[in-house]
Amino acid sequence: MTSSYYYINFIRFALLVLVQVLVFNRLNFFGFINPMVYILFLYWYPIKENRVVFIFLGFLLGLSIDFFSDTMALHAASTVTIAYLRPTIMRFVFGVNYEFQSFKLSNTTRVQQITFLTLLIVTHHVMFFTLEIFSLSNLLLILKKVIFTGIATLILCLLFGSLFSVKKE
Amino acid sequence: MQQIINFIIKYKTSLLYLLLLLISLAFTIDSHSYHRSKFFNSSNRISGSIYNTADGITRYFNLNEENKKLVEENKKLRSLLFNSNIEDTVLIDTTKFDFTTIAGRIIKNSYASLNNYITINRGTNHGIKQDMGVITAQGILGIVEHTTKNYASVQSILNTKSNINAKIKNTNYFGSLVWDGRSYNQVKLEDIPRLVPLLVGDTIVTGAMSSIFPENIPIGTIKKYDLNVSKSFYSIDVELFNDMSNVKNVYIIYNKNRPEILELETKIANDQ
Repeated sequence: MTSSYYYINFIRFALLVLVQVLVFNRLNFFGFINPMVYILFLYWYPIKENRVVFIFLGFLLGLSIDFFSDTMALHAASTVTIAYLRPTIMRFVFGVNYEFQSFKLSNTTRVQQITFLTLLIVTHHVMFFTLEIFSLSNLLLILKKVIFTGIATLILCLLFGSLFSVKKE
Repeated sequence: MQQIINFIIKYKTSLLYLLLLLISLAFTIDSHSYHRSKFFNSSNRISGSIYNTADGITRYFNLNEENKKLVEENKKLRSLLFNSNIEDTVLIDTTKFDFTTIAGRIIKNSYASLNNYITINRGTNHGIKQDMGVITAQGILGIVEHTTKNYASVQSILNTKSNINAKIKNTNYFGSLVWDGRSYNQVKLEDIPRLVPLLVGDTIVTGAMSSIFPENIPIGTIKKYDLNVSKSFYSIDVELFNDMSNVKNVYIIYNKNRPEILELETKIANDQ
């Protein structure tokens, strides 16, 4: 059981990185929108796992994306942030339910899942574009990129989510 | 001591997070300085070969268009050749040339972020070194920043760190070509004095100040110009000849005199 668990997560990791760098980084929708679907890894990752490992995996995920896209360590900084903040966001979205042993992501309502995903995406994108642009005089540019890329990421993540819905957690 | 260990154990996730965040910030800020991002560039072996494989699959889809572009370029070069005075039969001594060119292909293009880098399938094995100029048949593309054995990453002109010497064609007024990150088919030419007569549609080419590019490589045309804040220099919007979202075949240029020029320049810098 546990070994297949790691197996699935490993495959998910590799596939998401490849899909991100080979497909979505080249999308350039309207000239600047490149959705970041690899966030789904952090959304799908089992909740009960060790937090230290999770943060480390988040860092590795971001780093492997950076490896391909010449973005220094911007993806790593933003993924490690959402990996760290995920429990806080989950507590905010799911309330005390989240603390129970029997809690499963698939048992929650659709609205809650979307809110959770949206918060992850918004945090990630704000972090990413702020660091990328790195100047307050371009605040509008940051906002524009966060909003449009965020919407594209959300839509694609939801589509991917329904395409590969996780039945067993 | 016990308390410190307890503290570390208690806040281990936060501490790990802060550590990893600091590491990534250090990488990011470190690479803001020139030529330091050695580790994080897509020209490394793993990503290079993955991009190369992906390019091998997708290259067939726009073969037709690529052929058309190459034929167009050949036509242009042919007409130049027929109208030049050099006899075809005279032996041309290529060792006397100042510039050598190497042909390559883009395997990863990017133009949507603020600091765009392009990966090409030529590396040190093919004679590519740092700071070589990269152009296409239409115009200028960027400067080689990192090389590995088989790949190189090129700092695109669509990079806020890029700064290239450019001038108005047929004059000697030069300025620096920078990008403000707004649009991928438009760059800015700064520092042209206000007494220079300008017209919308004038051609901008590379200047003679740089030892990277040969003079007179086309860049784009003037789209709009305005005086900058100090009212003594123009800030010119230049529309690129290259469609940066659709480039495939590139030429890498090497200036044989560059080491000599650099040596001279460092001497002056040392004297000061």
